[in-house]
Amino acid sequence: MAVMSYIDAVTLALKEEMARDENVFVLGEDVGVRGGVFRATAGLIEEYGEHRVIDTPLTESAIAGVGIGAALYGMRPVVEMQFADFILPAVNQIISEAAKIRYRSNNDWSVPMTIRAPYGGGVHGALYHSQSIEAIFSNVPGLKVVMPSTPYDVKGLLKASIRDNDPVLFLEHKRAYRLIKGEVPEDDYTLPIGKADTKRDGDDVTVITYGLAVHFALQAAEKLEREGISTHILDLRTVYPLDQKAIIEAASKTGKVLLVTEDNKEGSIIGEVSAIIAENCLFDLDAPIRRLAGPDIPAMPYSPPMEKFFMINPEKIEHAIRELAEF
Amino acid sequence: MATEKITMPQLGESVTEGTISKWLVEVGDVVQKYDPIAEVTTDKVNAEVPSSFTGKIKELTASEGDTLEVGDLIGYIESEAADGAEEDESSAEKAEEKTVETDGLTAEASDAPMKKRYSPAVLKLAQENDIDLDQVNGSGKGGRITRKDIMIIIESGNVPKAEPRAEKKSAQEAPKTAAAAEEKKAAPQSASIPVVPGDVEIPVSGVRRAIATNMVRSKHEAPHAWTMVEVDVTNLVNYRNSVKNDFKSKEGYSLTFLPFFIKATVEALKEFPRINSMWAGDKIIEKKDINISIAVATDDALYVPVIKNADEKSIKGLGKSVNDLAKKVRENRLSGDDMQGGTFTVNNTGSFGSIQSQPIINYPQAAILSVESIVKRPVVMNNGMIAVRDMVNLCMSLDHRVLDGLIVGRFLASVKDKLEKITPENTSIY
Repeated sequence: MAVMSYIDAVTLALKEEMARDENVFVLGEDVGVRGGVFRATAGLIEEYGEHRVIDTPLTESAIAGVGIGAALYGMRPVVEMQFADFILPAVNQIISEAAKIRYRSNNDWSVPMTIRAPYGGGVHGALYHSQSIEAIFSNVPGLKVVMPSTPYDVKGLLKASIRDNDPVLFLEHKRAYRLIKGEVPEDDYTLPIGKADTKRDGDDVTVITYGLAVHFALQAAEKLEREGISTHILDLRTVYPLDQKAIIEAASKTGKVLLVTEDNKEGSIIGEVSAIIAENCLFDLDAPIRRLAGPDIPAMPYSPPMEKFFMINPEKIEHAIRELAEF
Repeated sequence: MATEKITMPQLGESVTEGTISKWLVEVGDVVQKYDPIAEVTTDKVNAEVPSSFTGKIKELTASEGDTLEVGDLIGYIESEAADGAEEDESSAEKAEEKTVETDGLTAEASDAPMKKRYSPAVLKLAQENDIDLDQVNGSGKGGRITRKDIMIIIESGNVPKAEPRAEKKSAQEAPKTAAAAEEKKAAPQSASIPVVPGDVEIPVSGVRRAIATNMVRSKHEAPHAWTMVEVDVTNLVNYRNSVKNDFKSKEGYSLTFLPFFIKATVEALKEFPRINSMWAGDKIIEKKDINISIAVATDDALYVPVIKNADEKSIKGLGKSVNDLAKKVRENRLSGDDMQGGTFTVNNTGSFGSIQSQPIINYPQAAILSVESIVKRPVVMNNGMIAVRDMVNLCMSLDHRVLDGLIVGRFLASVKDKLEKITPENTSIY
């Protein structure tokens, strides 16, 4: 099995799906000749030509809109938003059209489109290159929001997203691109969308999170294990719709739950996770549900100490787990 | 100099309260830090409480015999510098610093009562496994019992029980937590009853246990006195018989005698508000609302749901309330709200043929009235003739702390008078 980076798993999944199905094509800003600003689509234009790897103008609404149109005609577009921060002009296309067309057309039409977008901070990207935007799309039935944490999950879930017959928002943590490496099988596998994954077994405190914070939680858990604190870690992988069964199981396992997101705290995904736990697990809870999240301020700061203050890191998670363990 | 609080210290891990058995100092005494100031008895230890400060005792807020929670205030001390060295008044700044330090200490002390703060998970596991949480030491913050503490106990198999022979209760049967504290008092010391083959052992259900608890409590706390009057209800019987068929076809349920008795009782309660009161230790509380508890029996239990503001209802309204509540009892749909707020109880013992009973007061109410069977009896009338009349006994138990015979006698005379005077002309069903 090959060890590869998170972003190489993205590229591999795209290549495999384009080879498998000629209806799959890629479009977005700089995805062709440049190979993507993060190099996620590197080599694709050489292999599949400019008709299947299309450079677009700087118009996110058109990128999404063209994708929707092509999808309605039976293609499987994979559109790239250069940064998730730039997705806002395309929100109307995604929420009002892509997510609703199956319902609106009484099942006659569907949009098998994948929207890839790098999100997240910790890269000194400041306001327009650091945002977490998943909460905006997580109240939209008809849409799925996938946020993998490992290269293995990236490949399996991106392939599943491309093959899904409805629109999927596939969010890749940009700091994870080259930071996170892991083993990725060479065979053609997919992972189920809508299923969370236990990344570590433990019985003192449950951490439920997703994306890059999964790795921070794993690091914290490793350190705390030496103190005799055993941490259970659930990776949501899909943040909409949520895997309620897995959340209930993981929360009930220890009765002490820490929810972690890099997004601003109020109105984030983990608030919904907390509600699921509160509705289902009252008599298994041994401590108040705790949330660790970004502060409720308008943007990720550029100044390194302030960015560090905003970002989730292993030390913050370790501290929060220890507090819950001692409660 | 600064005034410091003296608080009940934590004497042992699981101790939550202590009783001051003896003060060893008086107001005005000068004590050194660590000098004993009081003797305290807890369920674990007897100990002397050392002074946390050097200074002069300013006030003792607790008296000998008082039982206080850990951390509760027991007095004030005018402290000098805490290191005990005799310093002049001018070193005020230093005293200031010490105050800040001791604030930190009291904050820690107030963290301690987490021992009794149970999480839902801990309560559930304790109920399911019949664990007496008082006997469990917590490893969590402030002595809190954690779910893991309970899991370890369950795994070890060494489960501390409230009474070792008590029947295992299912979670459904377990009584409400409020009743749980009282439960121990009512729990029978069953050890001495021999069981031979053929005897049937019936586990005590939560409801049965709650009834037992309340009955023991009422009989134990309220000195019961008892009285009875007999009432000629011939007019009432005739009146009700003349309208009952009409009523049933119009309203869909039967018009029983009970609403008439409740109506007369409620009117009399308005005249004698003291009957509608409760003993509160240092005072008697006359309740403004008249909420009538009615006793409704099932095959194996007794419930006392409440007709709220019974004084605002007509006879029909009372009849409907009785009917609704009885239906809820039979269908097991009573809510907690249906059971709360009663100020006086009317017990319909006549419904199963009783002609005389000594009811136990529905704690914490002050009195209870039993309406017995209406029976035909020969009665000597005012004119010396003997007539066959419909007679009923009204029996009343009263809390003699709150009520005396005289007021109850007047109250019953009023109820009797109202019932005997009922006629179609002066009493409307609606």
